[in-house]
Amino acid sequence: MLLRTRGISINIEEPVVGRITRNAGYTGDNSILICENGLPSSRIEKFACVLTNQESTDWQGDHPVVFKVPSFEHLNEGDLVVVSQDGNIKTLYRINSFHNTLLATERCNSNCLMCSQPPRDRNDTHRLYGIYEKMIPMIPKDCFELMISGGEPTLMGELFFQLLQLIKDQLPETEVHVLTNGRSFAWNNLAEKLSDLEYNRLMLGIPVYADYYQMHDYIVQAKDAFNQTILGIHNLARYDQRIEIRVVLHQQSIPRLTRLSRYIYKNMPFVEHITFMGLEYIGYTPYNIDKLWIDPHDYMDELGEAVEFLSGQGMNVSIYNSQLCVLPEALWKYAKKSISDWKQSYLPECERCNKLSDCGGLFTWNLKKHSEHIRPFA
Amino acid sequence: MAEADVITKNRKFKELGFYDNQENNVYFLLPMRFARLNQEKEVLVNEVGDHLVVREGTFQKIVQRELNKEDDPDLFGDLVANHFISESRIPPLIDVLATRYRTKKAFLNNFTMLHIFVMSLRCEHTCHYCQVSRVTQDKDKFDMSRDHIDKGIDMMLQSPSPHVTMEFQGGEALLAFDNIKYAVERVHLLAGLRNKSVTFVICTNLALVNEEILLYCKEHEILISSSLDGPAFIHNSNRTRPGRNSYELAIKGIELSKRILGPSRVSALMTTTNLSLDYPIEIVEEYYKQGFRNMFLRPISPYGFAVRNERKNKYETDRFLEFYKKALGRILEYNLAGEFFTEDYATIILRKMLTPFPVGYVDLNSPTGCITNVIAFNYDGSIFASDESRMLAEMKDFTFQLGHLDTHSYEEVFYSKRALEIVSTGINESLPGCSDCAFQPYCGADPIQNHATQGDMYGYRPTSSFCQKNMEIIRYLIELMDKDKAIAKIFESWVKSRS
Repeated sequence: MLLRTRGISINIEEPVVGRITRNAGYTGDNSILICENGLPSSRIEKFACVLTNQESTDWQGDHPVVFKVPSFEHLNEGDLVVVSQDGNIKTLYRINSFHNTLLATERCNSNCLMCSQPPRDRNDTHRLYGIYEKMIPMIPKDCFELMISGGEPTLMGELFFQLLQLIKDQLPETEVHVLTNGRSFAWNNLAEKLSDLEYNRLMLGIPVYADYYQMHDYIVQAKDAFNQTILGIHNLARYDQRIEIRVVLHQQSIPRLTRLSRYIYKNMPFVEHITFMGLEYIGYTPYNIDKLWIDPHDYMDELGEAVEFLSGQGMNVSIYNSQLCVLPEALWKYAKKSISDWKQSYLPECERCNKLSDCGGLFTWNLKKHSEHIRPFA
Repeated sequence: MAEADVITKNRKFKELGFYDNQENNVYFLLPMRFARLNQEKEVLVNEVGDHLVVREGTFQKIVQRELNKEDDPDLFGDLVANHFISESRIPPLIDVLATRYRTKKAFLNNFTMLHIFVMSLRCEHTCHYCQVSRVTQDKDKFDMSRDHIDKGIDMMLQSPSPHVTMEFQGGEALLAFDNIKYAVERVHLLAGLRNKSVTFVICTNLALVNEEILLYCKEHEILISSSLDGPAFIHNSNRTRPGRNSYELAIKGIELSKRILGPSRVSALMTTTNLSLDYPIEIVEEYYKQGFRNMFLRPISPYGFAVRNERKNKYETDRFLEFYKKALGRILEYNLAGEFFTEDYATIILRKMLTPFPVGYVDLNSPTGCITNVIAFNYDGSIFASDESRMLAEMKDFTFQLGHLDTHSYEEVFYSKRALEIVSTGINESLPGCSDCAFQPYCGADPIQNHATQGDMYGYRPTSSFCQKNMEIIRYLIELMDKDKAIAKIFESWVKSRS
C-alpha cells in the first residue's frame, strides 16, 4: 500500500493540507484536485492545490501545483493528504480504512531492540502539530478510531495535550488509541493533566516486556524505563485512565512471560486490555534478529499459560500478529485480525487455506521472516 | 521533559549488563517472612501476601547477603520483581507496594457489614452440639421483640457501610417468620432514606420451609443459607429431631428453595462433628449428589468441645486436618475430571494468596472481623461482638457483650472501651507468634476463640488450635500448588472473582 508519492512542485510555500477530489466542479474548502488529463482551464484557484501527472513545461500560473506525479491510484476521494514544498504528497488519513494513525513525533526516549519505526532525533513536533491542526477538523465525524503513535507522543509536551483536546473537540465520537511508553506519566502531574481532559474515549497502549526491570530496560534500551513505566501506569490508574498493556513476543521477553502475566494481574489488575503481539520484521528488528528471533511455534506453551492465566482471572486478553495455524486451537479465541490493511499479507501457500478469512495473516515485511510452521488448513 | 533527556546522540545498542542498577552487590530487604514447607522447599511471603516457593536455605542466604545476581539471575529477578528485595534503600516502586497494601486491607474501609439478628432461640431440633437452642412454645421469652427488631434495624442502618447484610439466625429463624417479614418490610421502608442497600439472609434448617415462605423470599430477594452435614446417617445423627427426618426435610427444602429461588440463591453449610470426621469422602459426594458445586469444609467449632483441654484440642484439630485433606482431595478429583467444584475455606485463603484484592471473611481477618465486620443482636436485645460470643453468653460468659439495644447507642457499642480492647487484641501483625509468621497475611486473629480455648484474648500460639489448623491448611495449599501444576491451575480458577 502506497502512502507517499512525489512530483515537481510549483508555488508551494508552506505544507498544504487538504482533501483529495477528482471532481473539478467540487466546491468544498481545502480540496486538492487530481487532474490526470491536463489542468482545467478555469476554477483552479478554488482548490488549495492541484496534482497532475502532466509535465510542467509551459505552465505559467501562480497557483500551487504538483506536476509529474507518477501515480494517483492509491488516493481515494476524500482522503486527506499533506503536500510539501518539495513535492512530497503524503497520505494522512484514508477514508476507507479503520486504521488511521497520526505520527506524533519521530523522537523517542527509548530505543527498543525491536522498534518497527526507529526514532529520529530531530524536533519535528511543531511542524507535525501544524499539519494535524489543519487536518483534524477535516476528518469525517464518523471516524471510528484514530491511533496516535510515534516515536513517543508524550514528548510533544504541551502540544500532546493540545492535540488530544483538539481531537476530542472535533471528533467526539472517535475512539483514540495512543501508543506511548508511559514513562512521562511517572510524573504524577502529567497523569493528572491527562485526566483533566476527561476523555473517556481515550485509551493508552503501554508496552511492558518483563516483570523485572533489568530485562525490560534492556529490551527498550533505556535505563529506569521499567520503573517509570510502571509508576506511570500506576499514576494513570489513580485517575481512572484507560490502559492497555502491550507485550511483544521475542527471545528476550519469552523467558519471563508467565511471570509477567502474574505481575500484571497482581500489580495492575485495573488495566482494560492486555495484548500479546508477534514480532514485526522491520525497523531495528532485522538488525537485532539474532537477539530477538524465536519461532512462534516454540513459545506457544509460555504464551498459552500467560494468556489463559490472565483470561482465567477475568482480564481481557488478545493475541495480535499471529497466524491461526501456528496457534493451538485453544488460543484462537484470543487471536485478533490486528494487522492494518495496508501492511497485511499472506504467504503463497495461504491461498489454499480454508481458514484464511479468519486469520490475521502476516505483516508484509514478515513474509521474509515467519514461523516455519505455517501450514494451510485443508 | 528537558531537551537533553530526549536527544540521544548515540543509539548504539547496549548489552543486558549495562542496565544493571545494582551497586557493589548491595541489596536491601523489604518486609518479608518465611516458613518451611517440607524438607526441600520453603516459602517466602511478602507484606502484601505474594509468595515464592524456593529451595530450602534460600531465606538464610538472602538475609545473610549471600545472594548474587550473577549466580542466580532468575531468583534475583523474582525477588526484585515481587517486592522482596530492592537494590535501593527505598524501592523505586514503593508507591505500587503501598497501593497494594491499602487494597489488601480495604475490607476495613466500610466497617461493619454483617448484622446478625437472632430472631428466636426456639428450635424444633435438639442437636447435641448446639448450646443455644430451646424446644419451647414460649415466644415471649425466646423470640426477639418487635421493639428490639426496630432498635436493631436503627443501629444497623447507622453503619458507615453503604451495603449491609441482615442475617436472620436462630434457634430456627423460620419459627419467627412473621417477625422476619416485619423486619424486612421495615428495612425496605428505612434503608432508602439512609442510602443503604441491604442483603437479607435467612439461616434455617429448612424443616419448616414451605412454598409460601419461599415465594416471599423470592419477592424480597432473600437468600437461604441452610445446613447439610452429609449423607442421611450423618446428618440425622448430628441433627436430632422428632421423627429422625432432618435429612429428608433438608433435602426436600433445598430442592424446593432452589426451584423457587434459583440455585445461586441457596447455599448449605456443613457442621463438622466427631462423627463427620470419619466420612470425608461420603460428605463431599453427598454435596455433589445434591447438585452443589461448592461446599464449606468448616473447621470444627471449639465451642462444643471440652474447650480448655489442650491435648484434646490438639487431637481434635489433627483429626480435623486429616478429614479436611481427604475431603479436599475428593473435591480436587472432581475438578481434575473436568468439573468446577470449589471448597470455600481454601478459596478464602487462596484469594488472599493469589489475588491482589481484599478478602473480608470474619474468621480470617486482621484486624479481627468481630465488631469491624460483624455484630450480633441477640433474641433478648443484648449486643455481641460476633455469633460465637452470644453462644459463650449462653454458657454464662459475657465477656463479649458490648451492650444492649435498650440502653446503648451506636457510639457506646462500637467505640466502647471493650470493643477497642477486643479489636486491638485481634491484630495478628502485632500478636506474639503471629507477627513473624510467614502466613500472617493469609490468616486472621480470633480473640473470642482465644478467650474460649486459652483463657485470654491474646492467646498462646504454640497450643492454639486456631493456629495449628490454619498453619497446616495454608502450608498444605501451597505445597499442593507447588507439587502439581494442574492443582495450581484449579486453585487459580477458584479465586476468580465471579460477580
